[in-house]
Order: sequence, then C-alpha cells, then structure tokens
Amino acid sequence: MDDWLILIPVLLPLSTAILAAVLPKSRAVQAGLSVAATALLVFVSLAIFAKAAGGTILTVSLGSWPAPFGIVMVADLLSAVMLCITSIIALATAVYAIADIDRERLHFGFHSFLQFLLCGICGAFLTGDLFNLYVWFEVMLISSFALLSLGGGKRQLYGTIKYIALNLISTLLLLSAIGLLYGMTGHLNLASLAVAVPQVENANLVTATAILFLIAFGIKAAVFPLFFWLPASYHMPPVTVSAIFAGLLTKVGVYALYRVFSLLFTHDVEWTHTILLWVAGLTMVTGVLGAAVQQNIRRILSFHIISQIGYMIMGLALFTKAAILGGVFYTIHHIIVKANLFFIGGIVERRTGNPFVRNMGGLYRVAPWFSLLFLVPALSLAGIPPLSGFWAKFLVIRAGLDEQAWLIVAAALFTGLMTIYSMLKIWNEAFWKRNPERPDASLFDAPPHGSHGAPPLSRAAQFCLLAPCALLAALTIWIGLWPQPFLAVADQIADQLMNNEAYVQAVLHSRQSPLVETMR
Amino acid sequence: MEVVLCILTGLIVACAIYLMLDRNLVKFLFGLVLMSNAANLILFSAGRLTLNSPAFIEAGETLPPEHVANALPQALILTAIVISFGLLAFSLVLSYRAYQEIGSVDMDELGGNTSLSLDADTDERAVNNTIRAEL
Repeated sequence: MDDWLILIPVLLPLSTAILAAVLPKSRAVQAGLSVAATALLVFVSLAIFAKAAGGTILTVSLGSWPAPFGIVMVADLLSAVMLCITSIIALATAVYAIADIDRERLHFGFHSFLQFLLCGICGAFLTGDLFNLYVWFEVMLISSFALLSLGGGKRQLYGTIKYIALNLISTLLLLSAIGLLYGMTGHLNLASLAVAVPQVENANLVTATAILFLIAFGIKAAVFPLFFWLPASYHMPPVTVSAIFAGLLTKVGVYALYRVFSLLFTHDVEWTHTILLWVAGLTMVTGVLGAAVQQNIRRILSFHIISQIGYMIMGLALFTKAAILGGVFYTIHHIIVKANLFFIGGIVERRTGNPFVRNMGGLYRVAPWFSLLFLVPALSLAGIPPLSGFWAKFLVIRAGLDEQAWLIVAAALFTGLMTIYSMLKIWNEAFWKRNPERPDASLFDAPPHGSHGAPPLSRAAQFCLLAPCALLAALTIWIGLWPQPFLAVADQIADQLMNNEAYVQAVLHSRQSPLVETMR
Repeated sequence: MEVVLCILTGLIVACAIYLMLDRNLVKFLFGLVLMSNAANLILFSAGRLTLNSPAFIEAGETLPPEHVANALPQALILTAIVISFGLLAFSLVLSYRAYQEIGSVDMDELGGNTSLSLDADTDERAVNNTIRAEL
C-alpha cells in the first residue's frame, strides 16, 4: 500500500525553496515563508511518526513501479524519528535566522538554500534506494556549499574550499562503492540488497565494498581519520548555518552508516564492526582532545561534534540490541543539544564581537537566566544527570559493559570527563569571570566594532534568538526527566534494525504486481 | 574488455591522485574531474560489458527479447555526470572567487598557512588579522 504522506517532507521544502527564490527578498516574506513551511514540516513529521510508531513501515513506490524495479521511499521508525528531529531543528533554525541572517545573505536567497538543504536531508532519511541516497546526499551537499560560501569573506571562502574538497572525494567514493555493489548483486534497492548481499559468493569483495562505504559515509559523519574538514569550516559561516550543519549534516552520515551496516553488511560483523569500534573510540578521544586546546567557542563545539559522533558509532559497532538502542537515543539527544549549543554560542559571540572565550566574560552577572540556558545543553552534553545526555551515555556505556568491551568503555568515560572540562572552560571564561573590557554590557549589547558590527537588536529580534534555545533546552530537560517514551521508541527502532525481515517484507511485498510474478 | 577498463580506471585514479596532491587549487579540481570520470567508468563496467541487443520491447510483445544489454548503468552514469557537472561548476566558480579575493590559487597562501592550524593561539592571531582586514 502506498503512503503518499511520506513524500511531503521532500516536496514541502522543495516547493518552499522554489517559492522563496521567486518571491520578493524582504525579511518579512522570506522568513515568514520559511518559518511557516518548517512549522508545517513538524506537523507532517509527527503525523508520519504517529503512523510509523504503530509498527508499520510506510512505503511509496514512485511511478507505481513495484519495489525492485522502481524507486521506493520508505519510512520505518528510525526514518520517522530522524524526520521529527530534523523538522524541529529546522523550525528552530528558521526562527533564529530571522535575527541572525543579514540583509545581504537574505538577498542572495538564504532561505531558499536552507529549504533545499532540508529537502536533501529528508530525502536521504526517506529513500529506500542506494543510488537515490547518493542523489539526496548531493542535493544536501550542494545546498550546504551554497550556505557555507554565501556572502562570505576570505575566511569563509577558505573554510568552504576545505569542506568542498573532502566532501567531493567522499561522494566519489560513495559512487564507486555503489557501482561495485551493483556489479556484484545487480540491485540498488536497499531491501533487495539486504536479500542479495549475503548470497554473494566472494564475501571478501563484499567486505571491501563495505569498507568503501564506511570511508564514504565516515567522511560525511566526520569520524576519526576523516574529520579534518569539520573544524576547519564549521566556525566560519553565520551561526544559523553552523547550528543546522552541526545538528543535522554529520548525523545524516551517521544515519547512513546505521542503515548500511545493519541492513546490508552484517555478513562479517566480527571484522567490519570491529573496525567501526576502533573508529568510534579514536573519534571520541581525538575529538575531545582537539576541543581541549581550542579557544574559539565555535571550534570547541565543533570538536565536540566529532567526539560525540564516536558514541553513536560505538552503539552501531557493538551491534547488540542494547547498543543500537543506546546509539539511536544518543543521536536524538545529540542533535537537539548540539544545535542548541551553537545557537547559544552565537548569542555569546555576538556580544563580544569575536569568537574567543578569553575576550568574553561576566555573562552570569548580567544575564543569569541565559547562563542557566547555556548550562542545560552544556551539562547534558557532558552527561550530567538528570539531563538527556546522562541517559544517552548510560545506555551506550552499559551496552559496552555487557559486551565486556572494556577499552571502548574506558574511552567513553574519559571522553565524558574531558567534555566537562571543555564545557567548564566556556562557562568559566564566558559566564563566570569578569568581562575584561566591558563588565556592564548587557546580553544583547554588541560592541561597536567587531566582525558582526550589527545595529542593536530590537526586542522581537532578541526573542527570535532566545526562543529556539529555550525550546531546545526544554526538550533536553523533558528527555532527561521523562526518558521512558523516548526509550520505548529507541527500543522499537533497535528491534527493527536488528531484524531486517520486516523492512524487506514491507518494501518488496507491499504490492504484488503481475510484473513481479512474470519476472519470477 | 573489462580488463582494459580496469587498467584504464586505475591509471585515471593514479593521475587524479597525483593532481590532487598539488597545492594549486585548480589542479586539485582537475584531479577531482578525473576522479569522477573514474567513478563513472566503475559504474559502467559494473553493469557488465556485453554486446547484446538494445533494451527495446518489440511491438506486440510484453517482455524484451532474451539477452538485452543492461541499460541501467548508463542511466546511473548520466545522473552521476549531471550531478558532478553541477558540483564542479560550483567549485570552479568558488575557486575563481577565492582567486579574486586573495589573488592566488595556492592553498598555502589561501589559508595564510595558519588559519587551519590546530594550534589555538596561531588560529586566534590569524582570525583576528582577517577580521581586521575585513573591516
């Protein structure tokens, strides 16, 4: 049966993007359109989630070609949850952008590119076809290029070049890997591949292709030896762009890894997932050590993206139900917290006019509530109970203990400790110590000089900056205090990922057409 | 035929990597172009190189004749070519913009050799310099 509902998360941002490109470039029109479209996206995603939570896997065969021949879109519970989080972050970003994006970028079509980016992300989460996944990655990539370089000076250009170079290489590796897998099996549909890959005679070839996929998606997800593009580019663009990249883009890579390494490459878990485990451990430790030496607030946070990716990969690498559950829960928690930290970091940065923590200070004195707002995601990132990060870390580490993987557990605990160090560094420098230059400047009192050089913000603009932070912090507290529903969902997702028969069934046997019968 | 293509792909990848190791941004992009062609060749040979009849269904039939050539890889390659064309066009424009801004396509001069440094202090100095230059 076709569920056309799951096409909307792709079509809605796409049509909004086109509409935003042709409509007048005034702030009211563009931002209004963007916020309205993302709010609608939240509702659609929740509707899809409500359907998928019942245990059904929603599918659409485009052009009415049945599954192995046509292109299918599939929404299992993992996809549905990722859609929900994406739409919530998108809404927060659209609101934040009202105050943060300057007139020049608005004029060059910022909101249009933002919606194209969302289209690509939603498409990647929903597609049930490997080649299609590549295409959605490209949609995502080219809009992220545009967002990164939009209206940029020298610095931003340089960051973009590094980002483009490594991501294009990853794209080519992905394309080659897809080609090789197609050559071995003759399939591109994920469900058909799940049936066909274990039947390939030369298992070593499959393993080699699996590693090629690991490298391709690993660059996107910024795992250990492949992460250098991330800290080189994420602190350059406007905060709004950084935040949505930090929250979502690397997690699409993580999602692709989860999909591919639970559905396709489970023939030699001993070998492939051991590599994943090493990658996870090294990613955590290098990320957190990289953050320790940084002084630029957004670079500290960028390095922490890398270290946190390690926990998600660890969940996948241990490959038990409990570990996958932990990894999925971690991803949900992380997207919310990380986007929020970038939003808050942006407000802090705006006040000082440059991104270095040593020039900041005194925020706790002038804005105690805002400081608490920072503490929620910061402590959650570090894994302090009762916030969401505690449960996430607890689940992943307990799964590691169950598997007696002591080394990775030690790495995870050490990383948690070092995360506290980094968060405290930001807290001490930006919030606690005396401001070296202007001790009495209020929260939105930007200096007259500096990289922003923006006019003082109106009350409405201040609200636009603070509201997304408050919303995401509330979500973090909610997950922390009442994790049961989220755990239940993550449990169901882990079930679906560990037993892929349901996925295969839903896609391949959703509609019995005479054509399938003839081809048999 | 497959063997020839394999060797060709290998050669192209080798040339691509050689070009991509260059500090010159334009050479790097040429390397990427070559690499994307190599990826297309992989897709092409993955579909089996056989001399068969075209994948047409005769009038009045419901199935194609036996032994038709596989048309799917060509479709995939077409898609990949279009996509890489767009991406490369964007990258070329971007490197031209970088050349306009900085007056060089040398990667070292582009970054001032320091702003990608992982050392916090040099990073701070570099960023402060560029902030001042942009003002």
